[in-house]
Amino acid sequence: MANFESVEVKEGVDQETVDAVREVGGAYKYGWETDIEMEYAPKGLNSDIVKLISDKNEEPEWMTDWRIKAFNRWEKIKEPKWSMVNYPEIDFQDQYYYARPKSMTEKPKSLDEVDPKLLATYEKLGIPLKEQMLLAGVEASDDIEQGERKVAVDAVFDSVSVGTTFQKELKSAGVIFCSISEAIREHPELVKKYLGSVVPVTDNYYATLNSAVFSDGSFVYIPPGVRCPMELSTYFRINAENTGQFERTLIIADKGSYVSYLEGCTAPKRDTAQLHAAVVEIIIEEDAEVKYSTVQNWYPGDEDGNGGIYNFVTKRADCRGDRSKVMWTQVETGSAVTWKYPSCILRGDDSQGEFYSIAITNNHQQADTGTKMVHLGKNTKSRIVSKGISAGFAQNTYRGLVSMHPKAKNSRNYTQCDSLLIGDKCGAHTVPYIEVKNNSSRVEHEATTSKVDDDQLFYCRQRGMDEEEAVALVVNGFCKDVLQALPMEFAMEAQQLVAISLEGSVG
Amino acid sequence: MLKIKNLRVNLEDENKEILKGVDLTVEAGKVHAIMGPNGSGKSTLSYVLSGKDGYEVVGGSVSLNDEDILEMEPEERAAAGLFLAFQYPVEIPGVGNMTFLRTAVNAQRKARGDKEMSSTEFLKEVRERAKSLQIDAEMLKRPVNVGFSGGEKKRNEILQMAMLEPKMCILDETDSGLDVDAMKLVSEGVNSLRDAGRGFLVITHYQRLLDHIKPDVVHIMANGRIVKTGGPELALEVENNGYSEILAEVA
Repeated sequence: MANFESVEVKEGVDQETVDAVREVGGAYKYGWETDIEMEYAPKGLNSDIVKLISDKNEEPEWMTDWRIKAFNRWEKIKEPKWSMVNYPEIDFQDQYYYARPKSMTEKPKSLDEVDPKLLATYEKLGIPLKEQMLLAGVEASDDIEQGERKVAVDAVFDSVSVGTTFQKELKSAGVIFCSISEAIREHPELVKKYLGSVVPVTDNYYATLNSAVFSDGSFVYIPPGVRCPMELSTYFRINAENTGQFERTLIIADKGSYVSYLEGCTAPKRDTAQLHAAVVEIIIEEDAEVKYSTVQNWYPGDEDGNGGIYNFVTKRADCRGDRSKVMWTQVETGSAVTWKYPSCILRGDDSQGEFYSIAITNNHQQADTGTKMVHLGKNTKSRIVSKGISAGFAQNTYRGLVSMHPKAKNSRNYTQCDSLLIGDKCGAHTVPYIEVKNNSSRVEHEATTSKVDDDQLFYCRQRGMDEEEAVALVVNGFCKDVLQALPMEFAMEAQQLVAISLEGSVG
Repeated sequence: MLKIKNLRVNLEDENKEILKGVDLTVEAGKVHAIMGPNGSGKSTLSYVLSGKDGYEVVGGSVSLNDEDILEMEPEERAAAGLFLAFQYPVEIPGVGNMTFLRTAVNAQRKARGDKEMSSTEFLKEVRERAKSLQIDAEMLKRPVNVGFSGGEKKRNEILQMAMLEPKMCILDETDSGLDVDAMKLVSEGVNSLRDAGRGFLVITHYQRLLDHIKPDVVHIMANGRIVKTGGPELALEVENNGYSEILAEVA
């Protein structure tokens, strides 16, 4: 696969098709980089680097100690190898753990003071950091009237948060939405209470690493009884080379509150792989509800599998209160390697967890993704709908755990896992783990694997669609259950992404 | 309109000749019917004309309005005005009938360099067309052909045909699986599209469809060739005497 000239092509496939496929590498829309002066921590990882990150963020001592504890543990543990992904060994000493634009050394007091280059970067990504009616991650489209809804954005560029919009308006509703570094300084009581309470420092290799070196991320607190007046979103952008991004997100929904949170991510095209290891913790108290939607569009690497983001993410929601609810929706189209299992701990009685996922892998991408539903409380309910799509040489694994503990009486789970294959060189795998430790709970699991049917494609083409349009249509149909679970702005973007991600997968 | 000259087609991978030199010309404004026993090559002809994979053209030519279509991709043939009403329309789960139709209409418009249809314009037209085929709003929302009855599927094909306004319509055994009422409805849909600028090729086993869609010319196909051509009376002859007599006569 090293170069396309030497590729043996099927009879009837002309050079034009080969060229079209080759161009797919160019289909990634966000592969450009911002030329900006950066300040780096020295390469490599040791306790001095950890202290330096803490220092850069002007953190109190308890936070520094917390990080050091994590780092000491990380040094003693080994990378997990159980997932179905293969990648060259990561040299953790051969990268930067902190990179911030020089212009961010003095923290801007308001968005007006932010470096225009940074603002332009987000503008170009379709995320204008202006306090106007804006749409998260979506270019204005005919079908949505722009200006209908407000979305507050926290923009994270490499290791730092560039700015957060609508802070004042949110504050008047009692909502705290800021970068995690600001929260550590301004709201230490909340951070101390909740940080690491869902994903402990000791949780897993990457979470431990993140606990030691996380540089920024978002913090959300919704006070009791408050319905957040707008959608909140964080947009992560990796720009610097050889730099890992380690962000930390902490969301707390106090009793009876509600928030919908969106996350988007992109990175420039590079030949070498880059590491992204995030941790997201969500705490949901009594009668509260959180919706967390992700459109993950990290650079997936080129068509030969060079470069791309290695995405090792730990996301977990703790439904602590009775009748609390969480809904994870993810559209994973990017990254060279994805290792991610957004999970729900259903601790409160009658709490509910939902997980809707679309994972698309093309070329040499690999994804091992799924969820964990841990039922601890009585009458807890969970629902999993996973759609995996593989094309090219990609491998796509669904890995999910449903666990009914002895006290989780009368609990229910429904899992539906569908895989779609495009071409004959890709793979789909389903690895469900089911544990039931009481006799009043019910777990259902359905799984299907299908191929994009030639007759379906021919039918679409006979009606005038070209092959890629036809594939996109059929695949969007396949993903419909999940797309419907997304907030409308994201659903539109996701549909387009589905089409873009699969460009060149046929022909 | 459609000119087929000495078309010879093999089944790919099998080297088996299915069409052994088909000659046929459909003029604009005319309805031609092809009748023939099972295995005579009727459906193959419709697939080859629309560009389905799995067939190898080993000789002859096909042109649509003087344009050679054999080198075109299926979607290019569609944009050039060729429409096939499928014998077995496929199901596409999760894709709304309307979404499908709109995507198809706009894909063809784009290919022809025309402006895309706005959603209001599209809705108005689709509702009008659907009404005359007794297709209700609910059926328009359902996923393409999923859970449709035989009659609904065929009516849906005619709706697509009406929306796409093709120049050359091929109907492949559109009467199969239809009861008398459905056949009437479908035929009315087809008849309403008859137009001086549009040609039809109706493939059928039975004469009964031709009671509703009156052909100008009837061809009998057997063993990969057109063996006899005549007026509407030829269809009646088949109905009364069966194929064997005609085949014996031409043999």
